Amino acid sequence: MKADTAKTLRAFAVELGVYAALVVGYFFLVLHFLGDWLHQLELHHRTTYAWTAILLIVGQAVVLENLTTFLLRMIRGRSE
Amino acid sequence: MFFPISGAHISPIYLAIVGFLIGILGGFFGVGGSFIAGPALRLAGLDWNFAVGTDLAHIVGKSVVAAKRHRALGNIDLRLGLIMAIGTIGGAEVGAQLIQMLKRAGNVNTVVSIVSIVVYLGISSFMIWESWKTLQMQKNKVPRANLKGAKTKQDESAFKPATRAIQRVKIWPMVSLPVSGVKSISLWIIIFVSFIGGVFSGFLGGGAGYIRMPSMVYLLGIPTHLAVGTDLFEIIISASYGTITHAIKGNVDILIALVMNTGAAIGAQIGAICTQYFTGPKIRLAFVPLPLIGAVIVIYTLWTGHKL
Repeated sequence: MKADTAKTLRAFAVELGVYAALVVGYFFLVLHFLGDWLHQLELHHRTTYAWTAILLIVGQAVVLENLTTFLLRMIRGRSE
Repeated sequence: MFFPISGAHISPIYLAIVGFLIGILGGFFGVGGSFIAGPALRLAGLDWNFAVGTDLAHIVGKSVVAAKRHRALGNIDLRLGLIMAIGTIGGAEVGAQLIQMLKRAGNVNTVVSIVSIVVYLGISSFMIWESWKTLQMQKNKVPRANLKGAKTKQDESAFKPATRAIQRVKIWPMVSLPVSGVKSISLWIIIFVSFIGGVFSGFLGGGAGYIRMPSMVYLLGIPTHLAVGTDLFEIIISASYGTITHAIKGNVDILIALVMNTGAAIGAQIGAICTQYFTGPKIRLAFVPLPLIGAVIVIYTLWTGHKL
């Protein structure tokens, strides 16, 4: 039981580490390039900005959910 | 990190941590967590209008993650969620109009504060009584070994007789919710319950999950695990609507919401998975501090005059 818990926690810590590295890369690359474009959109085309905002947040959520599920499955698979 | 849309300088690590914590709450309790996210964004220096709109956008992302996980666990009743979304959106508009009326009358802050304190304290007190009584009932009825873990989503509640009476009200059209185990209930009751949740959402701000989740359990008779999952699914629709209307008014910094969502994606999954290990009454008992935190924040703002 304790070994199982330790294994799960180790897998989770590895997942968190990999995820954090990917997210830092995401901050600097994607958000940096999107920032100015979204700002201009927000200033000049509010309705387009509103729909783009929804698409971005839903799209990112779906990608992140798939990514975390994939990482968890991969890391757990290896540790077993 | 500089966010050009709102003109704010906020640490992305701070945003990701706030998102992570709210994600856990959202995944486990099916709430948006605006009572924490709003003050947390204000604390980071964001203007109040941006805090409200951005929080809604972040709620959409977090709810997508948590709802996907809950769907995999079989905790979402799509039919119920879609019906409730209609009532919530209508109610939110009425709540927003009530706020405008009170603004014109010049006493919006006092009325909203007092109503929210009464509602928060009322929900907490009722849920303490009900979940405690249900746990006592279960202890007397079921051998202890059977209570470990939440193997079944069938829920017990000390409020069940009242729930059954509500389900027996025959106002056409009647609908069945097989996923939630409800054989027959009036469509109007579902819409009314979600409408009230929507009114509070428009009136007090946020997603009003602290009202909707208990209402689904006690008034509609939905098992707690399904109420959590379905509430999240319904929040995706209603918070998306809120995000679009706020974005058109210039109240959403989507870059901040995207950064918060990176933390929320992990937190929401943890919260959703954790629901498997708790029975319905235990989830409801653990829910009690959430409205109390909301009440404390409102009492603080009323007392000091500082809006968090």
